[in-house]
Amino acid sequence: MTDAPHPRHIPDRLDKPLSSAVFSWEALLVIIAVLIFAVNSFASPYFLDPWSLSDLTFNFTEKGLIALAMALLIISGEIDLSVAAIVALASTMMGMAVQVGAGTPVLVAIGIVVGLACGAFNGLLVTRLGLPSIVVTIGTMSLFRGIAFIILGDQAYKGYPESFAFFGQGYVWWVFSFELALFLVAALIYWFVLHGTSFGRRVFAIGNNPVACQFSGVRVGRIKFILFCLTGLMSGIASVLITSRLGSTRPSIAQGYELEAITMVVLGGISILGGAGSILGVVLAAFIMGLVTFGLGLLNVPGIEMSIFIGLLLIIVIALPIVWRRLREGRFA
Amino acid sequence: MKNFLKYRETWLLAGIAVLIGLISTRFPGFADPANLRQVFNDTSILMILALGQMVVILTRSIDLSMASNLCFTGMVVAMLNAAHPAIPIPLLIVIALLVGLVLGAINGFLVWRLNIPSIVVTLGTLTIYRGATFVVSGGAWVNADQMSPDFINFQRAAFLGLPVLSWIALLVIALFFLAMTRTQIGRSIHAIGVNPTASVYAGIDVGRTKFIVFCISGMIGGLAGYLWISRYVIASVEVANGYELNIIAACVIGGISIAGGIGSVGGAVLGALFLGIISNALPVINISPFWQMAISGSAIILAVVLNARGERRQGRIILRKAEAA
Repeated sequence: MTDAPHPRHIPDRLDKPLSSAVFSWEALLVIIAVLIFAVNSFASPYFLDPWSLSDLTFNFTEKGLIALAMALLIISGEIDLSVAAIVALASTMMGMAVQVGAGTPVLVAIGIVVGLACGAFNGLLVTRLGLPSIVVTIGTMSLFRGIAFIILGDQAYKGYPESFAFFGQGYVWWVFSFELALFLVAALIYWFVLHGTSFGRRVFAIGNNPVACQFSGVRVGRIKFILFCLTGLMSGIASVLITSRLGSTRPSIAQGYELEAITMVVLGGISILGGAGSILGVVLAAFIMGLVTFGLGLLNVPGIEMSIFIGLLLIIVIALPIVWRRLREGRFA
Repeated sequence: MKNFLKYRETWLLAGIAVLIGLISTRFPGFADPANLRQVFNDTSILMILALGQMVVILTRSIDLSMASNLCFTGMVVAMLNAAHPAIPIPLLIVIALLVGLVLGAINGFLVWRLNIPSIVVTLGTLTIYRGATFVVSGGAWVNADQMSPDFINFQRAAFLGLPVLSWIALLVIALFFLAMTRTQIGRSIHAIGVNPTASVYAGIDVGRTKFIVFCISGMIGGLAGYLWISRYVIASVEVANGYELNIIAACVIGGISIAGGIGSVGGAVLGALFLGIISNALPVINISPFWQMAISGSAIILAVVLNARGERRQGRIILRKAEAA
């Protein structure tokens, strides 16, 4: 090594040429979103109505809220498959509280606290006992929804107070629903936490190399625990919204949301192997999934057929850059 | 004897014996050989599926699309049978295996050639295959009265005291046992899970082996598709919805490490039997079936906690040792 009189200047971030922004994942998502938007507006005359567009957002806000926290968790190299079950359990607990006459503030508090507690339970199992999160959360997924089934069986809770309906059905201003506003605010907060704080840098670092992080003095276990709590918290909030929107609770509520939330995260360019991704990508992916679902709905495509498009979109968007790179390097297959 | 106790399967077997004993205190007829045969038959499909999933998990991959594959193949076979009742059942089973093989090969190709993580690929094909079921069926069901009597009764026919379904399960178990312990591909599958880098240096084609395991899990999904439809005599888009997680749960309870490399045919079979016994026992001991989900969830968590103690490899966490010193 040459002797350096001054410590080397290490920039906070590398200078990026403009081309990297143009060819970024987010740019690809924006192009796809614009394409789908354009196709939808041509295909259905009802699409461009402000109220249609407002309805569209309900397709993704609840799952999107969960996906924001899930993004951080996946970047750190973990996963939570129990989110939909947490929604069901939190909703069931709120339903029980309604039966004994709880008011709206109490209901919201219950939803959030139950979510947080479930997340903490996952976090404890993963970080304290060192268990693989995918298996732990498959277990807690059955456990949480199972408890909801034990309590409710084939019954349903109804009779939520009228003021409770605001969260899932209310509008903040004109066509902007409370759900959409909450999603956008949450996205901003998560964007700042992930890309603007040292906590966010640590999340990325853990995803890239947890062992090196441990040696560097990063409290890997604690940060992962916090991320599990956050995911539980967001599931609790989503539970409040869904319960308020539907006005009733069945144990099968939010079935399959975990896979949709994970699809959003992966579509958003978050590496499922951890260590890479951005919140902007997740927000764009949430919009794209909302656009696809709603646009096809307007064209009377049944929900189950829509899932083909979502699945294809997921695989194609992931495969496209890989195929493109190989074609350029001329060594495909 | 000491060596014997080291095996996870021994403990699992003991756990199952205790479980059967506990159930017998509430319902004496449960441990009856005739009843146990019934439980085995009821669990056959889950056991077959768990074996298919096992080979995938051993290579550090996962196949979330098995239940959707089952649903799609089941629908195709049922529609074929409804339209052409003359097609003999063995040929239908071959068709089911082939359809499943194609679906599995699609997963395998994407994992092998494009290097997309298997969880992403199969998350996508999970929705695609189930959606495709809707497309081929037009959303319609195939009911019992549309299926030929042969189609329904083939697996119920008794042969040497056991239904054909049980024999199929036993045959699949035997094949997997031989393949995993006596063939090169079985060793390769294990090796890749233990150390993929070392496997490359040992001359194993990691990508191609992963392709093969997805083909295997696909064929198993297809076979289970026919068995499932002819057992529950209804083919619809909703068949086995969410069942992929039950299959993985059976593997986890059976001691197959999700991190790859650890697991055995016996473990997968016993893990499936464990879940099968619980679901069979709850109605007879008067516990509401609504408890089943929570019980299997607790069983999974307990199994992971117990497995993790055996799996902790030495020398991996250097830091903790340094702290202790």
